[in-house]
Amino acid sequence: MKALAMAIAAGVGVLGPGIGIGILAGKALEAIGRNPEAAGKVQATMFIGIAFVEALAIFALVVAFVIKFA
Amino acid sequence: MWRRFNFALKCAKMPANLCFMTLVPTAHAASEGLSIHLAPEVLTTVGGLPITSTLLTVWLTMAVLILVAFLGTRRLTLVPTRFQNALELLIGAVYDYIKDVLESEKLANRFFPLIMTIFLFILTMNWIGLLPGVDSIGFYKEVVTHGEAAAKLVPFFHPPATDLNITIAFALVAFVAIELAGVTLLGAWKYGGKFINFHSPLAFVIGLIELLSELARLISFSFRLFGNIFAGKTLLLVVMFLATPYVLPVPLIAYELFVGFIQAFIFAILTLYFIKIAIEEPH
Repeated sequence: MKALAMAIAAGVGVLGPGIGIGILAGKALEAIGRNPEAAGKVQATMFIGIAFVEALAIFALVVAFVIKFA
Repeated sequence: MWRRFNFALKCAKMPANLCFMTLVPTAHAASEGLSIHLAPEVLTTVGGLPITSTLLTVWLTMAVLILVAFLGTRRLTLVPTRFQNALELLIGAVYDYIKDVLESEKLANRFFPLIMTIFLFILTMNWIGLLPGVDSIGFYKEVVTHGEAAAKLVPFFHPPATDLNITIAFALVAFVAIELAGVTLLGAWKYGGKFINFHSPLAFVIGLIELLSELARLISFSFRLFGNIFAGKTLLLVVMFLATPYVLPVPLIAYELFVGFIQAFIFAILTLYFIKIAIEEPH
């Protein structure tokens, strides 16, 4: 039962951040396409945005670990 | 004074690793051939403190970095040799980027050692974890699981970022550096006033939420690095027990190289950007 709960928690938890990162990277690519000179700045800001969104996915992963191992 | 502080930060990382040993629960989830466990394997105990395989790999990483730095700066010439040129490129490019982001040469001089150390340390740590010999050379230990004794391989070296103690130690170093940067450059009163202020009820609530997100950074820093490297190692382990252990792990190890580099880069870049946010004047 714990394994099932852990699987559901991890699976549903990374759904949102997955979509979020896709949207973020898509917008960043669009911006680079419009203005190739600003590619460096756009890329750097994109990384920070991705790190924040990824943190939410990691919170879901932490909850999954806590379910299984505690 | 700041240089000594940086050195002290680096020295403080080691006891921080050992202090958190007791916090991470021992969890074993052993299936037929794979043993995937969260806690690091203790090799010996020295004076009451446990020495784990991941700690040994961290020492190896430190030795490699110190050796490279020593050999690279032994005979510095004005017209650089190839090795010195490569080092200069690396250091120069990162220094210019940090100077760009922080917009001040004095601040760049202050924070460049910390950011560069975090980046190089985590990068070397992740890449050494992929070398052959890591996680395969060790000694056998009798272990009793569910009433039956079996011989389990305890490796001498193990990818260090799979150990939550080590990633929490890194996150603590980054957290303390960010807070200290804000406090020393803005003054304790002004910096504290960013989080707890009474201009208006809305500002008070926002300040509290920002304080909470500062603390959540500890968790997000440590677990981001831990999750990525641990998941990669587990994936490699599972793939090696599948049908073709000679062919399939090759693209996965290439991907792990990339992930190791990206995680080191993100850790350093996020520390840099959080320092930049912390030393901004409150509006």
